[in-house]
Amino acid sequence: MDYAISRYRNITVLVLVLGAQFLLLAYQVKRHEELTPIRVWAMSGFMPVARMLDFARNNTIGLVERYAWLVSAQSENGRLKAELDTFKLENQFLKNELATADRARALAMFQATSPHRLLAARVMGTSTAPGSHVMFLDRGSRDGVRKGMAVITPDGIAGRVTTAQPTGSQVMLVTDTNFAAGVISEKGRVRGVMKGQGHASVLVDYVQNEDKLEPGEIFYTSGDDWIFPKGLPVGPVKVARRGRGIFKEIFVEPAGLQRGLESVLVMLEGVHQGVPPSFPAINDPSEPMSQMTPPAGAADPGNSTAGGGKQLPIDADQILNKYERIGKAQGHRIGAGPVPNFAITPPPPPAAVATVPPAPVPGKQSP
Amino acid sequence: MSDYSDQVMGARRRPRAWRFRSLLWLPIPILAILFQVYTPMFIGYLAFLEAPLLVTVYYALTRREPIPGLLAGCAIGLAQDAFSHNPIGLFGISKSLVGYLAGSLSQRVDVDNLVIRFLAGFVFFFFHQFLYWALATALLSQKLALDPIQTVVMSVLNALVAVPLFAALDKL
Repeated sequence: MDYAISRYRNITVLVLVLGAQFLLLAYQVKRHEELTPIRVWAMSGFMPVARMLDFARNNTIGLVERYAWLVSAQSENGRLKAELDTFKLENQFLKNELATADRARALAMFQATSPHRLLAARVMGTSTAPGSHVMFLDRGSRDGVRKGMAVITPDGIAGRVTTAQPTGSQVMLVTDTNFAAGVISEKGRVRGVMKGQGHASVLVDYVQNEDKLEPGEIFYTSGDDWIFPKGLPVGPVKVARRGRGIFKEIFVEPAGLQRGLESVLVMLEGVHQGVPPSFPAINDPSEPMSQMTPPAGAADPGNSTAGGGKQLPIDADQILNKYERIGKAQGHRIGAGPVPNFAITPPPPPAAVATVPPAPVPGKQSP
Repeated sequence: MSDYSDQVMGARRRPRAWRFRSLLWLPIPILAILFQVYTPMFIGYLAFLEAPLLVTVYYALTRREPIPGLLAGCAIGLAQDAFSHNPIGLFGISKSLVGYLAGSLSQRVDVDNLVIRFLAGFVFFFFHQFLYWALATALLSQKLALDPIQTVVMSVLNALVAVPLFAALDKL
């Protein structure tokens, strides 16, 4: 008996243990009950240990994890900063694109409302020669550009074409030392010659010391040079002082270059215009000329020109207009009756003024 | 001289060492079960590791007797069942059988051999998974999927872990 027990002891224990567990399992399945006490004991024994483990983990691995998180946060921060820089650059690029679009729109509006026949051109580059104020346009002789044509922006004159190639042209800016143009002042109608000085300001020469001129007064083109038609803004006077000789020292800030040159207008056909009697730029120099209120008479529907635009009266037009109004007020007919009294104040001027023929522009072929 | 001395000294030291190792047998299964319960919460890919099973196999192999392996497997399995959602007994039966077979095997092969340990880890893991699947399907009508390829891969992984784990437990 003892032999049998010792011989089959292992298998007996195995059967007993397995049988007990099968019974346990069968009991749970049949009764649909769980052995809650065993689970409670297990959980009760487990929880304190789990808390200790959790505490240990938080203070060891957790620290490492948080450190790793910080490291990853740092790298993520760097990545986000790089993204932000990219977005900033992109934003700047888009702003530039928007500004370019705005300038192009302003240029197109000016081109549409201007009495001149204009050709829009983009500035493609500048001369590599030191000190030269020359730029290159993407429009050339194929587009009708000729040597000597005026180049302007909505704010004022910018330069003149010195070379016209088939696919591009070279423009000498008003600040170039070889540049010169006839100008006339806004109030005193003082005439002079504008010369480039090689820097931001241009000099207006041949204005006598006795002539009256104030800083801020606007110079316009006089049309004497046969390049720029009369009435284009040149810029406000920055400095006007008595010169050593008989001429004043007058420095003008070229209005056409103040907002940067990305797009310009080549004047294929110019029309003389009047110089407005006053200009709002004196009160607000920061306002671009292209956005200023047009002077009186500019909106006159009777002032049509060959270019389809409108033009302003010159001095002689204003005088003629004044005498016509005096004559009409006194019922005078030209060539008949007594001489009217020109000493009286004329009634307010009508809108219509005389038309001035287009100015001859070099490079333009007359029909 | 030295061989004789070693034998004598070893014989004198063994009871103390065995007592020390016996004391370790309480926390190690508990740690194994805790590892099984706690670690996958944070390191999900360690869920493949059946630490209680490896401890059972190791215990059964080192004791070189079936009954201690059986009892150890039963106790560890029941404790593991207590943390499962299944009725208590599935892991108990599976690990009881594994412990019994491992203990029986240890009487016939050199369990200190690394290859034997690897093979033991592989075979007993696969057997344990199959047994658990069979019991759950047959007794509880549970529809468990037993993917043979996945089970083989997990068996290999557990066997790979078993070799250094057994070596580490040898040092205790």
